[in-house]
Amino acid sequence: MASAPQLRGGSAARAAPAAELTASIGSTPMVELRHVVPDPAIRLFAKLEWANPTGSVKDRVAQAMIADALASGTLRPGQTILEPSSGNTGISLAFIGARLGHPVRIVMPDNTTPERTQLLRALGAEIVYSPGAEGSNGAISLAQELASENPELFMPFQYGNEANPRVHEEATGPEILAQVPDLDVFVAGLGTGGTLTGVGRCLKRERSGVRVVAAEPLPGELVSGLRSLDEGFVPPVLDASVLDDRYLVSNRDALVGVRRLMREEGLFAGLSSGAVLSVALRVAAEMERGTIAMLLADGGWKYLSTDLWTRDLDELSDELEGSVLW
Amino acid sequence: MSSVRIPPVLRDAVGGSRSVAASGATVAEVLRDLFQQFPALRERVTEDGELSRFVNVYVNDRDVRYREGLETPVAEADTIILLPAMAGGSS
Repeated sequence: MASAPQLRGGSAARAAPAAELTASIGSTPMVELRHVVPDPAIRLFAKLEWANPTGSVKDRVAQAMIADALASGTLRPGQTILEPSSGNTGISLAFIGARLGHPVRIVMPDNTTPERTQLLRALGAEIVYSPGAEGSNGAISLAQELASENPELFMPFQYGNEANPRVHEEATGPEILAQVPDLDVFVAGLGTGGTLTGVGRCLKRERSGVRVVAAEPLPGELVSGLRSLDEGFVPPVLDASVLDDRYLVSNRDALVGVRRLMREEGLFAGLSSGAVLSVALRVAAEMERGTIAMLLADGGWKYLSTDLWTRDLDELSDELEGSVLW
Repeated sequence: MSSVRIPPVLRDAVGGSRSVAASGATVAEVLRDLFQQFPALRERVTEDGELSRFVNVYVNDRDVRYREGLETPVAEADTIILLPAMAGGSS
């Protein structure tokens, strides 16, 4: 039987001794959701990645990529870090850059939430905006252009950096197995593919029969992105062979999910977590019994300005058509 | 007839429609009907007779690559979505 810890207050006896700040990355809590799945034969758990220092799973990835680059010498002391990011990775890199003395420049679509701009600026990062209508693809191509023009910049490039899936294979995956040993299905959002690839590799190796399921955003009409299919992009780090299923999730379904997490489970999560819940519930509906673990990538703080939890659903769904939120 | 949603990048090949109707009991049959109606679409989404790796096909929001591929069954009320591969997610 799984024995994931419930949320509980801290205790002085359990507090870790003082350590380097980056040691506080990872080892995030796992909680059981007791209300959103009515069938008692199905257990649903959520790994709360907002417990990382800047509030998202991307602290793990940024820390791994920078440690790797420093160890191999591809990142020199004081060198500027450049990265395309719709928000979370940029914020994580800015935090680590500030800690280690690297200037950080982030290429971000111009239609994300204002909290991301505020956080990046607060952390001292410089922001280069890419056209929002081109989505994440636009940020990637602009960052690649800037990097090729200026060899002084170091681009970790989360979409192609093996340290991204590796940190999930070596840390996130084993944490999940330790917290939910009798896992049957793992569900996470698909962005760079790092989480699904890394955790998926670990789970497939350690537990035969575990299914790995991706929740993928259905791009809004206004974020059409491409001028031609040749501009399509499959992240190099994504190992599609570890996936067993892949679902598209509309902004509306993600919104419904994020509200259910808040209202029924008390979990204040970001939009992609709502999408992950929506897929987990579809998977649950096809199971007779079993245990599902979801990875919730970030908390709700960076989405407060959009009033995800309180505004009219139709109005908000329409408005999100033109944004890059997850 | 099933409904097939066409992404903005492919709409010029189907006369600008967001969604078109096509019939068939599998994804392959639906695509065959679609290509007959809109020959320009075939060139855009296939390479050497195979679906381009930059095109994903979903039946009721589920990627057919992880089901039975082009042999995935399609029912009358199903919605098929064609989407170009894009970087997405909270990255």
